[in-house]
Amino acid sequence: MPIVEFTRVSKSFGAPPARAVDAVTFAVRRGEFFSLLGPSGCGKTTTLRLLAGFEEPDPGGGGIRIAGEPACGKRPYERRLGMVFQSYALFPHLSVGRNVAFGLERHGRPAAEIPGRVAAALEMVRLDPAVFTARRPAELSGGQRQRVALARALVLQPEILLLDEPLGAIDLKLRKAMQLELKELNRRLGITFVYVTHDQDEALAMSDRIAVMDRGRIAQLGSPAEIYESPRTAFVASFIGESNLLGGKTERRKDGMWEMVTPTGWRLAIPERPGLSEGVALRLAIRPEWMDLGPPGAAPSGANALAGAVDDVIYQGEMIRILVALEQGGARLTIALRNEGQLGRPLAWARGDAVLVTWRPEDGQLLEEE
Amino acid sequence: MRGLRRRLLGGLARRPLLAGSALLAPGAGWLAVFFAAPMLLMLAYSVMPRGRYAGVEPGFTLEHYRRFFEPLYLGILGRTVAWSALATAICLLLGYPVAWVIARSRRRRGLLLFLVVLPFWTSFLVRTFAMIFLLRDTGLVNALLLRAGLVAAPLTLLYTPFAVLAGLVYGLLPFMVLPVYASLEKLDPALLEAAESLGAHPAARFFRVVLPLSLPGVIAGSLLVFVPALGTFVTSDLLGGARQVMIGNLVQNQFTVARNWPFGSAASFVLMALVLVSVLLSLRLRERHAGEGGAR
Repeated sequence: MPIVEFTRVSKSFGAPPARAVDAVTFAVRRGEFFSLLGPSGCGKTTTLRLLAGFEEPDPGGGGIRIAGEPACGKRPYERRLGMVFQSYALFPHLSVGRNVAFGLERHGRPAAEIPGRVAAALEMVRLDPAVFTARRPAELSGGQRQRVALARALVLQPEILLLDEPLGAIDLKLRKAMQLELKELNRRLGITFVYVTHDQDEALAMSDRIAVMDRGRIAQLGSPAEIYESPRTAFVASFIGESNLLGGKTERRKDGMWEMVTPTGWRLAIPERPGLSEGVALRLAIRPEWMDLGPPGAAPSGANALAGAVDDVIYQGEMIRILVALEQGGARLTIALRNEGQLGRPLAWARGDAVLVTWRPEDGQLLEEE
Repeated sequence: MRGLRRRLLGGLARRPLLAGSALLAPGAGWLAVFFAAPMLLMLAYSVMPRGRYAGVEPGFTLEHYRRFFEPLYLGILGRTVAWSALATAICLLLGYPVAWVIARSRRRRGLLLFLVVLPFWTSFLVRTFAMIFLLRDTGLVNALLLRAGLVAAPLTLLYTPFAVLAGLVYGLLPFMVLPVYASLEKLDPALLEAAESLGAHPAARFFRVVLPLSLPGVIAGSLLVFVPALGTFVTSDLLGGARQVMIGNLVQNQFTVARNWPFGSAASFVLMALVLVSVLLSLRLRERHAGEGGAR
């Protein structure tokens, strides 16, 4: 049984009402690391707040279930979940110890049990209780505050931990380390994590499954590999990673394979998909790192090839991005090549060179119309 | 001229301390002439024998301070402190919810703040006279009570402690609302949600999170109400009549009707000592709170 179930849940704000969350349906499995990913305003935070109980869904949907029980109408503290806020929301007038003890005190735990549980929770997030218990939130760094916020939520042993962009205010290096730690906590404690982020790298690195949200709806739900390698819509293809998008109409070749014919007249082989029919408008997405560059006139057999000229070369460390202006239609493609060392084995291409952009048909992704 | 100015300003910029004192000088001078000098004069008067027709005579005496501690005057002092404390408590009880609503509202915030300071547009004296019209036997309050059949005969409201308290609370309420609002407005709403997710019911959220974090505003507001209430004389004079004398009236009387300037000065200094003590107490309270919680 899924631990969280949303069935056609909507939430509107304002007058006239605008739907921040629009008939969203999904389920979260027990113990998994589940991310809600999307740009600001896509409804991911509202979805989390609906789950937390800070917002009530619009009437008429199928409701929210937590561990099989209807959650609507239940106060946040009746839902057995912990929450970590973007701003940490530590109580500034209380010490670290009192912050972590807050939930235990509110739940009427015996006073004798509290110090031990507070210390254990601090140790769980790698804060030395002897050093940090007496400190004030104002005396902590951003990363330490985040750990305290985690300990404060985890000390109550919730079944679900909700995290609202918890790493948004932390610098990059620490953020990477915290990502690994959060994932580790999720695995070690067996608590279900529901994680809101706008950072696609973060979501890909940490999640078991990701729900990509766009304008109040779930655009795609799947594992990081499914989301990245098989995006369903142009929004997903361009929000997660980068994609080259080409549009055209389907045509069946004489050998039975399918092609897409673009307005500029290119005939591009596309992957086989059930239900394809003649003359349908389609869009094709190709990841920059799945494309290759070659000299003009030398396409590998069976590959798609488009002629163009190098517009720019962008050095990015592990990758080198090459922008190619196509000969026809004025479109520009991005090709990402692995950097094999510009000092030792420099790239063969420079700005202005005529090139051929190639990719295997099966690396193209057919997108659904939104 | 320009060169001189540039040199002068440049010199000030290089010496922040000097620039600081240059900025302080006008205000400090004003206070020295119109505050410190009269205070010293009053201090001198309060320990000098009374003059035959007002004023003082040369000499030194503590007679006026001794006299103040006679039961009659101690009673006035006690009444003044009690009413001021009561007015402060009522202002807090009435003002805190108002401040909360204003801090939580978005679109109406400007309008509500405007309404809070609206009474300042009219003279305090005029507003106090208006209270007389409301509270007297044939006033609006009694007319409404009679009309509603709640009372058979007009209630005596004017020239009672109730009238003085009502006047004090009415006049001083904005001074409670504004500082409390300022501290509540800074409160991060996520703190309340965090508290709720950790199991805090509404009362716990208020007493464990909201109240401690708004304590600086509560202390500031209480001081802003309590201190002027201690020194009040217009309100008690107009609404309290002859029987509800407060220290402010005593001081005023000594300087005008009784022509006993030294005793008036001594009473003033006792009042000032009281104010000083309450300010120091509230500062201590604030410090202790800051030490305990570090609330900004």
